[in-house]
Amino acid sequence: MKTIISLFILTAFSAFNLLPTAKGYQIGDMVDDFKLQNIDGNMVSLSDYNNSKGVIVVFTCNTCPYAVAYEDRIVALDKAFAPKGYPVLAIMPNNIKIKPADDLSHMKQRAKEKGFTFPYLIDADQTVYPKFGATKTPHVYILKTTPKGHQVKYIGAIDDNFQDAKKVKTTYVADAVEALLNGKEVSVSETRAIGCTIKV
Amino acid sequence: MKLKLFPLYLLLFSFSYSQEINKLDVRNFEALKTEFVPDKEQTLVINFWATWCAPCVKELPYFEEISKAYNKDDVEVILVSLDFPQHYESKLNPFINKHGIVSRVIALNDPDSNNWIPKVDENWTGSIPATLIISNSTYKFYEQTFTKESLLHELKTFLN
Repeated sequence: MKTIISLFILTAFSAFNLLPTAKGYQIGDMVDDFKLQNIDGNMVSLSDYNNSKGVIVVFTCNTCPYAVAYEDRIVALDKAFAPKGYPVLAIMPNNIKIKPADDLSHMKQRAKEKGFTFPYLIDADQTVYPKFGATKTPHVYILKTTPKGHQVKYIGAIDDNFQDAKKVKTTYVADAVEALLNGKEVSVSETRAIGCTIKV
Repeated sequence: MKLKLFPLYLLLFSFSYSQEINKLDVRNFEALKTEFVPDKEQTLVINFWATWCAPCVKELPYFEEISKAYNKDDVEVILVSLDFPQHYESKLNPFINKHGIVSRVIALNDPDSNNWIPKVDENWTGSIPATLIISNSTYKFYEQTFTKESLLHELKTFLN
């Protein structure tokens, strides 16, 4: 009987330990459609991208120094890969009551200042980022359009040096998109970087 | 002549002295990791933060309270700052002085975070604040913010 109880406890604990990793989309998962407001006032859906080869979804914001450090590189990604079928789709996930400088008017202003060439959507109800399992800004998800839907192929950082774009050794996102464009599997499909916690 | 120069010496001396006490401990991850080893009976509380991270700054006083309440041999707090190197002088050092931070501060300057984040904890997605509590028998990681009560509660589970 004791063994059974300890077994049960052990199972309960291992199940609990597994929980944190089971949050949000994993590599290979299909992403549900979503519809969010863009800075131009229009609504943008993931299904608008059904005819593109894929999408580079970037959770970002105006107020996080890490996100700001990457703005130019996000624009560069869109310029490089939108023509090849992998445009950037930026989503601002923060609660604007906590971060007023992340509201739609500030988003508009920031997009104009930095010359964003892609939609910059607001997850106003904060319902989209939790489904992805995004925890911070910036946080990137590369989706490949397949007959079954938009499939997660990469989760993580843009590259390996947030401080200095010139010192970057590995361009994780660009490498992943290049691989997908060449019909290959993404060799490094998950990376991690420091970022600002999404404000709930 | 010598007398005239005296105030200058004094000035230079005090200047170099203040530089000395303000000297920031800057390390890469490998060098930081050597600190993750508690002494025999010690519990280490290691908090990853940055001056620009509002939730981090909010919970910082609770870590400071621990530093003040415990003998270092029992509980030591290390505040690992992830501020950008170009902000050490303009933001981090002034913050430490202004708030009279008593805990040890180490600035982690290691941009290849994909390499070291999993070495802190396999499940850390990289958001801050994040905290480690380490004793000789336990290594626990928290990717969350703490209230004063929840932090003290966690710490107590290590001390009993």
